[in-house]
Amino acid sequence: MEDEIDLKTAPADFRFPTTNQTRHCFTRYIEFHRCTTAKGEDSVDCERFAKYYRALCPGEWVDKWNEQRETGTFPGPL
Amino acid sequence: MIVLKWLFLTISPCDAAEPWQLGSQDAATPIMQGIIDLHHDIFFFLILILVFVLWILVRALWHFHYKENAIPQRIVHGTTIEILRTIFPSLISMFIAIPSFALLYSMDEVVVDPAITIKAIGHQWYWTYEYSDYNSSDEQSLTFDSYMIPEEDLELGQSRLLEVDNRVVIPAKTHLRIIVTSADVPHSWAVPSSGVKCDAVPGRLNQISILVQREGVYYGQCSEICGTNHAFTPIVVEAVPRKDYGSRVSNQLIPQTGEA
Repeated sequence: MEDEIDLKTAPADFRFPTTNQTRHCFTRYIEFHRCTTAKGEDSVDCERFAKYYRALCPGEWVDKWNEQRETGTFPGPL
Repeated sequence: MIVLKWLFLTISPCDAAEPWQLGSQDAATPIMQGIIDLHHDIFFFLILILVFVLWILVRALWHFHYKENAIPQRIVHGTTIEILRTIFPSLISMFIAIPSFALLYSMDEVVVDPAITIKAIGHQWYWTYEYSDYNSSDEQSLTFDSYMIPEEDLELGQSRLLEVDNRVVIPAKTHLRIIVTSADVPHSWAVPSSGVKCDAVPGRLNQISILVQREGVYYGQCSEICGTNHAFTPIVVEAVPRKDYGSRVSNQLIPQTGEA
């Protein structure tokens, strides 16, 4: 059976070379939202960042951050 | 029946804890193979030192027994021996340090970008695995819990305290990134045959890169005390051929998206 799924994920980021990738996930999330703010909500260019943060960040964290953004309490430089 | 069982043990690799096991489980990744090789290197020097020290000790006890040798020696200095007993241990330490540091730094080197990211999230007292590379939205496409199978539900041939209902399916011979974290208290995701032990700390994402070189089923257990059922939180990784990985994952995807 052929490879139906293309195996691709967030690449290794030289800004985060160590075991602790917490900042990597957070940075990708912020990059995505800055990208959508700059280029618009449905921009295709921003999909890349979306894939990265979804690969790295646990679903619970993403849900919590989305809620925080909606209530305006997100503690990051969006 | 017993004879057949022994035959099976001789031809199947040790990827789970065995009763009365003395050595490591068989390596499934280059890292584990490196650890085993380092262990052999160090063990050589260990035996050298052990035999030497035991020989000196036994010899001293034998020849300087108070009945055989009533007058104790009063030697306090010996420049030659002092130089030798400083130089030789330093050399031995160096011979041990070289392969050790080589392995340590090679473990951290990310040679190739990983093909897949799998998140292992520790809970009290089970693991949740998220495969989010294929998410088209923030909705989780593939996430499942992995509970230990209780003893009364085990089938013949299954291992006690090691089997789970949903295994982590990974493609063999593929570079993986595994992100380990916890949703409550610290846990630790450990799979000995892959040479992996990574703490699952709440609020932190720890990354490990592995390349599982052969297909098989690999067992591990939670390695950080996390409450009453800490001993009952196993991990099972199933490495399948790369071409079968797609169908295995999509089979698990379908029931999930049905509920989402």
